[in-house]
Amino acid sequence: MGAQLRVYRRRIRSVQATKKITKAMELIASARIVKAQNRLHASMPYLTQLVDAVSAAASHASDVSKHPLTAQAENQVRAAVLVITADRGLAGAYSSNSIKEAEALTRNLDAKGMKVVPYVVGRKGVSFYRFRNRVMGGEYVGFTDQPTYAHAKEIGEDLLKAFMTPTAEGGVDEIHVVYTNFINMASQETKVRRILPLEVVDEVMDKSDDGGKNNPFPLYEFEPGPEEVLDALLPRYVEQMVYLSLLTSAASEHAARRRAMKSATDNAEELIRSLTRAANAARQAEITQEISEIVGGADALSA
Amino acid sequence: MADQLEVAVVSAERSLWSGKAKSVSAKTPEGDVGILRGHEPMLALLVEAPLRIELEDGTKIFVAVHGGFFSVDSDKVNVIAETAELAEEVDLERAQAALARAKSEADEQDLSALRRAETRIQVAGVAKGVRS
Repeated sequence: MGAQLRVYRRRIRSVQATKKITKAMELIASARIVKAQNRLHASMPYLTQLVDAVSAAASHASDVSKHPLTAQAENQVRAAVLVITADRGLAGAYSSNSIKEAEALTRNLDAKGMKVVPYVVGRKGVSFYRFRNRVMGGEYVGFTDQPTYAHAKEIGEDLLKAFMTPTAEGGVDEIHVVYTNFINMASQETKVRRILPLEVVDEVMDKSDDGGKNNPFPLYEFEPGPEEVLDALLPRYVEQMVYLSLLTSAASEHAARRRAMKSATDNAEELIRSLTRAANAARQAEITQEISEIVGGADALSA
Repeated sequence: MADQLEVAVVSAERSLWSGKAKSVSAKTPEGDVGILRGHEPMLALLVEAPLRIELEDGTKIFVAVHGGFFSVDSDKVNVIAETAELAEEVDLERAQAALARAKSEADEQDLSALRRAETRIQVAGVAKGVRS
């Protein structure tokens, strides 16, 4: 066998091995998208109940806008940005899109005179910030493909703590989340949402105004009291927002990975096809050469 | 009016249980509350404690709830817990290990781990008692 042919054959084998891996990753990612979506759906009843209860409590509590979690600080000095990226690569532009969006938001907030403290979820994001020697408020790694509520709670607690710390002592005045919204299998979009100070209460109040006729809040008796209930519920709401962001980002991560792996598999197939062509041509050239050598040799003998 | 309570227990991660029941007893910061049919609308916080749901046929279902709240409105009871486990899901050994750990650390400030473990054990314990 000629040297050239051997080289082609070796490359074909190597690409075939890579293709097997990318194909397997594609299938795994597809299975996980469904799982992640199911988890997203499973957490919906909790959210609806929570929003209803917050609305009910907010409509009874005196002066919600003075609540520490809803009040806007007068001069905003610092803002926290929670960036959700992936732990592992091979997911196309998923992580870099999040980071890009976070950078745009950072510039925006900088322009408003606010200092940004990043809180980063996922190894990709952490290494991005670490490489640039930027100080992070918190880093959370190791669960981006299957986040649980406990993870969200940990992040939520850290964020709430930072928010409740007075600005003078290094607390933050605003909290934003950069996450990737899962629209469907084919499209995901990077989004920014401000979670603190809470905007929910306004929306909620509107709902109780116009939707009041159709669906009035029952005259709940609050135990211990509306303010206490609200105090206990608002942090839960923030944690739930973090949880939902993690879940929808996880679904998006799997979708992005599936897409990236699908095109990698397609490319590998394409490569194998063209390499096979080249290998065949090389083989044929070798045969032709051999024949002409034999014929040449026979001619030389008979001459 | 429905002749039974409609109860739904949901945690942040999933729906745990839903169905019709005769009564629900829960623990709020101000004490134990029992809910029967025709209870006035109420929204109360829950503390770390077992929640008991009694069905019409007398079966009792225990749920370990860790933080959260419940609402009662026109015979619908919604229990919304951050984390919750049905009695049969509690990993008794793990809970006991957690209890021992929490006790040995004896952190005065943070009794939540201790309470969580205690609640789990209680729930698992009573459920076993009922079954046998």
